[in-house]
Amino acid sequence: MKKLILGFATAAALAVAGGAQAQGYPTKPITMIVPFAAGGPTDIIARIVADNMSKTLGQQIVIENVAGAGGTTGIGRAVSATPDGYTIAMGHLGTFSAAPATYPGLKYDPFNGMQTIGLAGGTPILIVARKNFEPKDLKDFVTYVKANADKVNEAHAGLGSVSWTTCTLLKGVLGTPKINSVAYRGTGPALNDLVSGQVDFMCDQIVSVAEQVRANTIKAYAIASAERSPALPDVPTTKEAGLPDYQIEAWNGIAGPKGMPKEAVDKLVDALNKALNDEGTKKRLLDLGTVLPTAEERTPAGFAALIKRDADKLTPALSAAPKQ
Amino acid sequence: METFAHLSLGFGVALTMKNIALCFVGCLVGTLIGVLPGVGPIATISILLPITFGLDPTGALIMLAGIYYGAQYGGSTTAILVNIPGEATSVVTTLDGHQMAKQGRAGVALGTAAIGSFFAGCVATVIIAALGAPLTKLALLFGPAEYFSLMVMGLCFAVVLARGSILKAFCMIMLGLLFSTVGTDLETGQERLTFGVASLSDGIDFSVLAMGVFGFAEVLRNLEAPEARDVVKGKIGRLLPGWDDIKQSIAPVLRGTAIGGILGILPGNGAVLGPFASYTMEKKLAKDPSRFGKGAIEGVAGPESANNAGAQTAFIPLLTLGIPPNAVMALMVGAMTIHGIIPGPQVMTRNPELFWGMIASMWVGNLMLLVINLPLVGMWVKLLQVPYRLMFPAILIFCCIGIYSVNNQPLDVAFTALFGLFGYLLIKLGFEPAPMLLGFVLGKLMEEKLRQALIISRGSFFTFIERPISAGLLVVAVLVLAIALLPSISKKRDEVFTE
Repeated sequence: MKKLILGFATAAALAVAGGAQAQGYPTKPITMIVPFAAGGPTDIIARIVADNMSKTLGQQIVIENVAGAGGTTGIGRAVSATPDGYTIAMGHLGTFSAAPATYPGLKYDPFNGMQTIGLAGGTPILIVARKNFEPKDLKDFVTYVKANADKVNEAHAGLGSVSWTTCTLLKGVLGTPKINSVAYRGTGPALNDLVSGQVDFMCDQIVSVAEQVRANTIKAYAIASAERSPALPDVPTTKEAGLPDYQIEAWNGIAGPKGMPKEAVDKLVDALNKALNDEGTKKRLLDLGTVLPTAEERTPAGFAALIKRDADKLTPALSAAPKQ
Repeated sequence: METFAHLSLGFGVALTMKNIALCFVGCLVGTLIGVLPGVGPIATISILLPITFGLDPTGALIMLAGIYYGAQYGGSTTAILVNIPGEATSVVTTLDGHQMAKQGRAGVALGTAAIGSFFAGCVATVIIAALGAPLTKLALLFGPAEYFSLMVMGLCFAVVLARGSILKAFCMIMLGLLFSTVGTDLETGQERLTFGVASLSDGIDFSVLAMGVFGFAEVLRNLEAPEARDVVKGKIGRLLPGWDDIKQSIAPVLRGTAIGGILGILPGNGAVLGPFASYTMEKKLAKDPSRFGKGAIEGVAGPESANNAGAQTAFIPLLTLGIPPNAVMALMVGAMTIHGIIPGPQVMTRNPELFWGMIASMWVGNLMLLVINLPLVGMWVKLLQVPYRLMFPAILIFCCIGIYSVNNQPLDVAFTALFGLFGYLLIKLGFEPAPMLLGFVLGKLMEEKLRQALIISRGSFFTFIERPISAGLLVVAVLVLAIALLPSISKKRDEVFTE
């Protein structure tokens, strides 16, 4: 009898413990979908941030690379997952702001159909050109490109990529959509042909091109941010160099399916914030040339506003660009 | 003398206890995943990436590099023993390597592959150390037009290389090219040949096609011929190549190393071409080309050396230019950036201990791989004694896990099964799947480079002839085809090749 009572007591205690655990999100590993191949800028940022967030949450965040269709395959899968807080995704400027105008058949709605968590970091965009490209500075570049639109070759990393998106915006700002556009599979091959002088210019994230600029194998005209980057202090901003309308930053941020429990959202926001305040994580991100998000951008509402703002900025140029 | 000073700095870094241990771990893990069909270095390196956070950058990269070239060693083991190329570079090894295994010379094939790879690895290390920087300039001479012509040449060689009728080989290459066009158009974003299937929008994955037409189809074929299994199972053969084998292998190893090393430097995954080029050359130079495809040791020694030399010289564009030539190298870029080292032309001067340490560790790693692998050859060969009723399900399961892990798409596994049936059909009809795989691997790049070259030249096809390197490559391609198609030679060829 005594044994039986003890058994009941143990079972009851277990049940209580189990119940408490079910409430305390997270109770199992969380999947963070990265919609690109491993090793790219988004993947790197995701792994750095997730490593620290795992410590705060007490559960491992597992990175799952689901590449395809400019990142829309992976984001599509993440935002249509069960909204229990155990599937989230690290998307970027392209998958959240540019995708609706880039992919007419997009299966998700980044503005109303998902739960934003927060921005993980921004990466400045540079306008770079082959070393011996005629224009000396950005003003020259603008004049030259406008006058020789049918002779100039621009390189990008494929439809939907950050370099394609930001360069299409540049062409929109310059009013020169006729520039020859050469597509590559990824930034690496495109950069290779820029270094060897096969193509004339491209726009890309600072992390991809900074070392080449420092080594003088390519030259940088301007950085499309409000301030100069400590990674390349000599490169002027587009504002300083005379093209203030071209302001764009590539960023990475976390979102999940719509309808996630509030507790999960709050804990993820908190964990992201703690990761971005952690000295080690911060240093890793800054070393990549990342601009840390403001307090506002680290909130779900602030991040959602950023997505909308950049979508409004990009949509006219992207809709005019030739595609399917 | 400078090179010597650099190398001694490198060895000073590579030979610390910690880095030797990391190199060993990397090589061991690499060999293991290379042996397991489907589980490739890309998945492994990305999974292990966060584990390296705690290490210093040099140690981390030494380990990750070890995984990469370790996988090249391991990949040939699977190609020889179970006729499944885990990587694009081990496709040709299946041709003669597996035949050798069937003849009871699996041990010799594995031993030759290991020793050839070791030699190639050592030479490649020296090449990287001594010529890395100047050779980079050579790679920069290659624009889209040159690449396109290089690949046209590669495909022409592939037609000549194939066993059986030229027409069949040509058809298979064209089919491979056709498969490579499935997916989203690079320039316009238009979906091609996807039939509305979402997972086809990025094209057919290499591993899906390779595992299907080689792995699954091979299993099917073996199931129908129960007597074939005893041939492999019965005789294992000795493990080390004999003096005659070594004599036969020396020249192919030297040539393979040279070809693979040069092609590996080219950005745009030139390393893939190395083993094919080496195999073709050995077949052309052989006194009796009919032995190829039936277990010729040169057909293992040459391509295996080329494969390993290429795998290592592929580091040259990464280390000297900061530009990754293939997917694994792109991942290494990621690994370096995570550790705060942005790859670029200045790594050599800014982080000399990392640069030279990594190069020296490659030599250390190659030695380790030999030490790990030669004793293991016995163990791998014992794998053949596992009854096929146990081995086949295991192969299929590992293939499925490997394929699923590439993109985490269940449909990929279903496609592999489909390609398995297709591959079985090809075997039954006497078509070689190897040329198809080559066409597929090169097709994507070829299309990309063709369109890039034409966009840059504003639609003028003369760009391929006006550029001297490109023109030269095309001339070679035409010559090769002409020679193969000349009536007198092609008649002789038919006699030689048709069984």
